[in-house]
Amino acid sequence: MKRTMKTLVVACGAVAAAFGVGAGTTPAQAQGKTITLCWAAWDPANALVELSKDFTAKSGIGMKFEFVPWTNYADRFLNELNSHGSLCDLIIGDSQWIGGAAENGQYVKLNDFFKKEGISMDDYMPATVVGYSEWPKNTPNYWALPAMGDAVGWTYRKDWFARPDVQKDFKAKYGREIGVPKTLDELKDIAQFFQGREIDGKKVYGASIYTERGSEGITMGVSNYLYDYGFKYDDPKKPYAMDGFVNSASAVKGLEAYKQLYKCCTPPGASNSYMSEGLDAFKSGQVALQMNFFAFFPGLYKDPNVGGDKIGFFVNPAGPAAQATQLGGQGISVVSYSKNQAEALQYIKWFSGGDVQKKWWALGGYSCAKSVLNDPSFPNSAPFAKEFLQSMGMVVDFWAEPSYAQLLQAEQKRVHDYVVADKGTAQEALDGLVKDWKAIFKEEGKKF
Amino acid sequence: MNELSASSRITYRAVMVRPGVARRIRGLSDRTLAWLFITPTIVLLLAINIFPLLWTIYLSFTNYRANRANVPTIWLGADWYQSILTDPDIWAAMQVTAHFVIWTVVIETVLGFGLAYLIDKKFRGHGMWTTIILLPMMLSPAVVGNFWTFLYQPQIGLFNYVVAFFTGRAASSFQMLGDVTLSPWAIVIVDAWMWTPYVMLICLAGLRSIPDYIYEAAEVDRASKWRQFWSITLPMALPFIMLAVLFRGIENFKMFDMVNLLTGGGPGSTTEVASITLKRAAFESWRTGYSSAFAIILFVTVFGLANIYVKALNKVKSR
Repeated sequence: MKRTMKTLVVACGAVAAAFGVGAGTTPAQAQGKTITLCWAAWDPANALVELSKDFTAKSGIGMKFEFVPWTNYADRFLNELNSHGSLCDLIIGDSQWIGGAAENGQYVKLNDFFKKEGISMDDYMPATVVGYSEWPKNTPNYWALPAMGDAVGWTYRKDWFARPDVQKDFKAKYGREIGVPKTLDELKDIAQFFQGREIDGKKVYGASIYTERGSEGITMGVSNYLYDYGFKYDDPKKPYAMDGFVNSASAVKGLEAYKQLYKCCTPPGASNSYMSEGLDAFKSGQVALQMNFFAFFPGLYKDPNVGGDKIGFFVNPAGPAAQATQLGGQGISVVSYSKNQAEALQYIKWFSGGDVQKKWWALGGYSCAKSVLNDPSFPNSAPFAKEFLQSMGMVVDFWAEPSYAQLLQAEQKRVHDYVVADKGTAQEALDGLVKDWKAIFKEEGKKF
Repeated sequence: MNELSASSRITYRAVMVRPGVARRIRGLSDRTLAWLFITPTIVLLLAINIFPLLWTIYLSFTNYRANRANVPTIWLGADWYQSILTDPDIWAAMQVTAHFVIWTVVIETVLGFGLAYLIDKKFRGHGMWTTIILLPMMLSPAVVGNFWTFLYQPQIGLFNYVVAFFTGRAASSFQMLGDVTLSPWAIVIVDAWMWTPYVMLICLAGLRSIPDYIYEAAEVDRASKWRQFWSITLPMALPFIMLAVLFRGIENFKMFDMVNLLTGGGPGSTTEVASITLKRAAFESWRTGYSSAFAIILFVTVFGLANIYVKALNKVKSR
């Protein structure tokens, strides 16, 4: 019997060794705990892994990461939060989640912690504080630390713009030099000019824009046009009063302009494009212009085929009514179901440090800290830094209400139906959107 | 004799080890013993099938949202049912589903039976061809959805090149997934490609179950091949064909993964089948009460249609 037990123990040991139990554990981790950080799987997440090594070295707390592709990111993590899961100790959640997460008790309120640790929201760019941390908006109730600043911007093929034949033909056609577009009309001219043109024996197209149907793509794209044409989510003086703001005559024109750009100047098969499809189109040399989030720009600049001198960056051009852009980015929050809240808060404290924020930017993350962004050297620290700074000064975000997902779905459907599926008119699409949004807010018990 | 002594040995050992239990088991009636065996299965079924169904029915009458468990649950009566059944968007999704189900089932049945008829002839290499034809149905719908997205790509997709080769149109002049007219057919083509082999397999089983002597008798009666097909093959294989139609009909009524990967329901809502609408309501909007009502409506529809169909199937079988 004794011999059998001994054999069993040895066998268990062998199995454990074979499956690598205990392998890869550093001395620091062995001493302390390990916390899990949840985010989207993209370039900045890799930068955060690199950055977090400093935290482990300093605190002895190990870091595990749960990164999910953007297309499943909201589904996966909202499911996790709604089911009160404790997979994530820290979560870098999308800006629109903040209302629901705060009201449903999914995020830990950070006011007391900020006060205790001397973390001030005055040290962060105001737009990022409102967008990523506050709920209700514009009140000092903080649920996240601004972690990753982001907005929609544009990239263009600088090398194509610099070609003498392109410059000559463009001037002959439009009577002006080809250059970074200042207005949405100029942007359309450029996209139209390149559509179907041959560059080095290859047929190229005008622009890659967001048209994705399934998650949030087309809404994130069309917003850049709607804001510039005068669209507002509601009456600034009367919250949730949307008639004449969402479906104003100018907003209708903005929606029509986005459809025109889609119809005239995008590559074939671009009816369901979002971030990764845009990157593919640009990297493969298919398009002259690309709409995408700033978060991807460091990676694009390093690309051996289209990066370096071949790429240029610009902010969302102005429209007839304004110059604004869609806010992206996220704040970092502590999940209230986490069993490691103390360690998670320790991470946030560490992450808020000035040097850490500087390194975050250097590694490819977008810091929201004024100490980084207001540094005189910042605009020249990267080819897209100046544009990023300018964009963060003109961002507008989608609804961040607890019912944001329903509001988003309604816009996805209405806009995709009009822009891609040619259903109805722009006026009908926005009138329908107002009707949908009113029904959702009514169900929420909002008065307007 | 040997068997008898072996059973006596077993009884003897059982009595030696646990006399009380053995006596008790010996005293059980067949009925009790049967209940003893099926109780775990019934409990499991109640826990994972019946209870969730009853719970879903209950939720469908309330305002419950899974993401706001702290909000008091209010009884709404049949409000959700009324709002779903009068919602034009829901009817549009049902129409999309009907188009998808009808066309996939028709195409798969015709092609599947045709292929089974050919394979049944046992020509040289028919085994290899059967294996090749069966390959698509062995793939995961997620994989199929992803690679057909590439095949349908207007600039690099093989599908467009093949169409361009035969029609003379430019390959990038049409988009299967982005065009409102073509996209409903794009999803039908992919499903037919994937599941025709399955229908073929069921039909093949039907064809092989027809005894040879019936054909021999028909030959003696000088019945033509055409007559043999209509009078023997088709009627005798019909229950199998109907079974395949039932399986594919139910499966495609619930279709989600492949369509979601191919089009995400787009362009606009052109390919938004009912299950995509349901998923969006349940797990994106978190309207749990509403989506429970919608799920019950879909369940009753499938259950009702399947029941009518099974009755027809039984009629055919009893002929």
